[in-house]
Amino acid sequence: MAATAKAEHSTDRNHHEGRGAGKPGRALYVVPFVTAPFSWIRPEPWGVHVVPADCWIDPGRAVDRALVTHGHADHARGGHGETVATPETLAIMALRYRTGIEDESGEMPSKATPIEYGETIRLAGGVDATYIPAGHVLGSAQILLEHAGERVVITGDYKRRPDPTCAPFEVAPCDIFITEATFGLPVFTHPPIEEEMAKLLGALGENPEQCVLVGAYALGKAQRVIAELRAAGHHAPIYLHGAMEKMCRLYEEHGVDLGELRLVSDHTKDDMRGSVVVAPPSALNDRWSRRLPDPTTAMASGWMRVRQRARQRNVELPLVISDHADWNELTATIDEVNPAETWITHGREEALLRWCQLGQRRARALAMVGREDEDE
Amino acid sequence: MKAFSTLLDTLVYTTSRNRKLALIAAYLRETPDPDRGWALAALTGELDFPAVKSSTIRNLMKERVDPVLWTLSRDFVGDTAETASLLWPESDAVEDDPANLSETVDALAGLNRTTAPKELPRLLDRLDANGRFALIKLATGGMRIGVSARLAKTAFAQAFDVSVDEVEEYWHALEPPYSDLFAWAADGSEPPDVTGRPRFRPFMLAHPLEETVVDLEDYAAEWKWDGIRIQLVRVTDAEGSAQTRLYSRSGDDISATFPELLDVLPVDAVLDGELLVRGTAQGGEEGGAASFNALQQRLGRKTVSKKMLAEAPAFVRLYDALIVDDNDLREHAWTHRRDALEALMPRLPDSHFDISQLVEARDFDHLAEIREGARDDAIEGLMLKRRDSPYIAGRKVGLWYKWKRDPLLIDAVLMYAQRGSGKRSSFYSDYTFGCWDGDPDAGGELLPVGKAYSGFTDAELKKLDRLVRRTTLNRFGPVREVERTLVFEVAFDSVHSSKRHKSGLAMRFPRIHRIRWDKPVHEADRIDALKALVKD
Repeated sequence: MAATAKAEHSTDRNHHEGRGAGKPGRALYVVPFVTAPFSWIRPEPWGVHVVPADCWIDPGRAVDRALVTHGHADHARGGHGETVATPETLAIMALRYRTGIEDESGEMPSKATPIEYGETIRLAGGVDATYIPAGHVLGSAQILLEHAGERVVITGDYKRRPDPTCAPFEVAPCDIFITEATFGLPVFTHPPIEEEMAKLLGALGENPEQCVLVGAYALGKAQRVIAELRAAGHHAPIYLHGAMEKMCRLYEEHGVDLGELRLVSDHTKDDMRGSVVVAPPSALNDRWSRRLPDPTTAMASGWMRVRQRARQRNVELPLVISDHADWNELTATIDEVNPAETWITHGREEALLRWCQLGQRRARALAMVGREDEDE
Repeated sequence: MKAFSTLLDTLVYTTSRNRKLALIAAYLRETPDPDRGWALAALTGELDFPAVKSSTIRNLMKERVDPVLWTLSRDFVGDTAETASLLWPESDAVEDDPANLSETVDALAGLNRTTAPKELPRLLDRLDANGRFALIKLATGGMRIGVSARLAKTAFAQAFDVSVDEVEEYWHALEPPYSDLFAWAADGSEPPDVTGRPRFRPFMLAHPLEETVVDLEDYAAEWKWDGIRIQLVRVTDAEGSAQTRLYSRSGDDISATFPELLDVLPVDAVLDGELLVRGTAQGGEEGGAASFNALQQRLGRKTVSKKMLAEAPAFVRLYDALIVDDNDLREHAWTHRRDALEALMPRLPDSHFDISQLVEARDFDHLAEIREGARDDAIEGLMLKRRDSPYIAGRKVGLWYKWKRDPLLIDAVLMYAQRGSGKRSSFYSDYTFGCWDGDPDAGGELLPVGKAYSGFTDAELKKLDRLVRRTTLNRFGPVREVERTLVFEVAFDSVHSSKRHKSGLAMRFPRIHRIRWDKPVHEADRIDALKALVKD
């Protein structure tokens, strides 16, 4: 942390708003910090450490206390002593990792502490945590941490587009904005979802004897595609790969209407002609798909913007549908939040870092390990 | 232009060969002249607009996008045209169907180095992202959309129910937009008149022998020479003026690279042979040929210096005669063509021609022994040709076999990895490996000796990619330096001394033979072991 002009206000958060300050000539007047600002928040390769509370944000290894932004496997994992997350995220983690569920002996090895959107909890060491909608998937949250007058927001993964399956992103002003950068390259601009739905329904109409097999991640993307199909007026039954079923039911239990869903395994090839089938991306080129009636292979992912990515997966119908902010949204969000510093957790961090530099914004890339886009 | 950009876009996402053929065929049937001819030229890589280079596009982009963001994007996408089409600022001037393909081709053909940077943006502004992709691909050439020239010609043949070999034979005598070719195939007009014009005949190719054993009663053996396979064509037109052309294996006209061969063929003929250069390092008893390394200095040049002509003069070692005088011999048996070739030899100057000698062996085992003993560096292995085989385009099972020499092997250590392009654009798939310059336990260091990007499965590629990401030490643009942890067993055809590399060595056709996940790096080979294999 480079010292800036008004050293006497070193603990005042306003101090950090002077972006691009720290002119060399003024260094003479700087008094060294007694305690460096934000020393209470420390990025490590496997997660962000909240030092006074001794807890971790989205840790990649088992810890005593974890604050989890959302249920995707690169952010949420089992084995923590206690997990603080939204009730929806905890439900997802209970399904995947048995978080908050008693074992045979009646013990609860992994405790679950729910926190609603907008609610604040006081952690040890005088740190307040507030969960704010991130618009990524059901239950996804940004985490606002406040300590000693300093505000830090960790976005987890987020998007800005409306999504019928989850609460929309809210802008939370802060001093340090810790953002994702999955689609942090200017080539990534996601088209309106209506266009992609029209492509999908068009392909379906053209080949009434075939089915369209849509590869979509089991948590979030699959339900969003289904809900958007319903919104586009497609009310026919949609067929699911077995791996999708439980998560779809969980969404329905949380009030997301997905219409009539059927399991591929309960039906014949002929039943599925002219239908949409949704499966995890890993099943697209798998033997599993042989039971389908001559499928056209589609994939719903922001990566589909790049032709060669679609080719790598033998995708015939690329659908550019992403649950992450695209380049314009990433940069516009940083402008809107207008933090003193931007920290970039994972994705194409070099480009976003460059953008910050060009705009005289202070930024750094955190070398987070194990964070990948869920479609990869 | 819309129909063409839709075709390109659909082709990109189509994996099945049959569907690709059907898509191109449908386009060629439904699109009017001359648009379909230009599209065929684009798909076969026959279009060239010298005023528009990849660098022209890059420079336009760098005026519009931060250069660092451009480079990062280009590295990720793996294709300049696609990156530019995605990053081009969306304009209000986008039109529904801005111009047809031939108007676009005319506009591109009218550009020069000065006007291109001004005119191209106006063309691009009128198009959406798909249209921009098609335009840039068209303008810069090199489609890289998974369609080979051969596939496009096959689709043409399929569209109009004609033979693809016949299409190949007319092809090199015709120019885009191929109105004669369409008139013949689509409308039943007379075949294009190509008499008196030099043209390429598709090569006859061989299958690898692998475990097959053949009877030498039925098959003749000859050396497979390590040069480049060429076809030399001479025709005399009605006015009596003769033209000679040299074609590469893919049918590219490479006459300009080897001017010394253009006025030495005294008869009209189509001959199949190996192009080699003479050099100070003489071959074995067959004599005369320098190593491939010497030939390499002459490849890919548009002009040739006098010095080069003197130092490394080219000659052709003949394998086969397709046409001699006016006689098309292709239907005849190999023995008949061989006789014709031998009879032709005295008419050819030995300064520029010799004949590839047959290898006499008692039986197959004896032949195997001879192959083992062959140490001439210009020999790549053996060819086995069925004595009764006609000269047929392509690879037909059972007629010709190639029996390459066993490759050389070394163990080398992975040092750097680079992202591939195209389908591999997100994978670290090009590997630079090195050998020790001394005892690794006594301060020896690794020096890069070569680079390989083949010889592993897709599953292994994924594993290698993960290893590279996990063990990265340094990043240099698209290249990563990695920790020295992995040994490759590298196969290669030969190794030569080279001033270009720090190790002083250059390997020919290195590829990953095996990944030695088990082998400790200090057990990899020393440079000295590689140097001992050098043959210049």
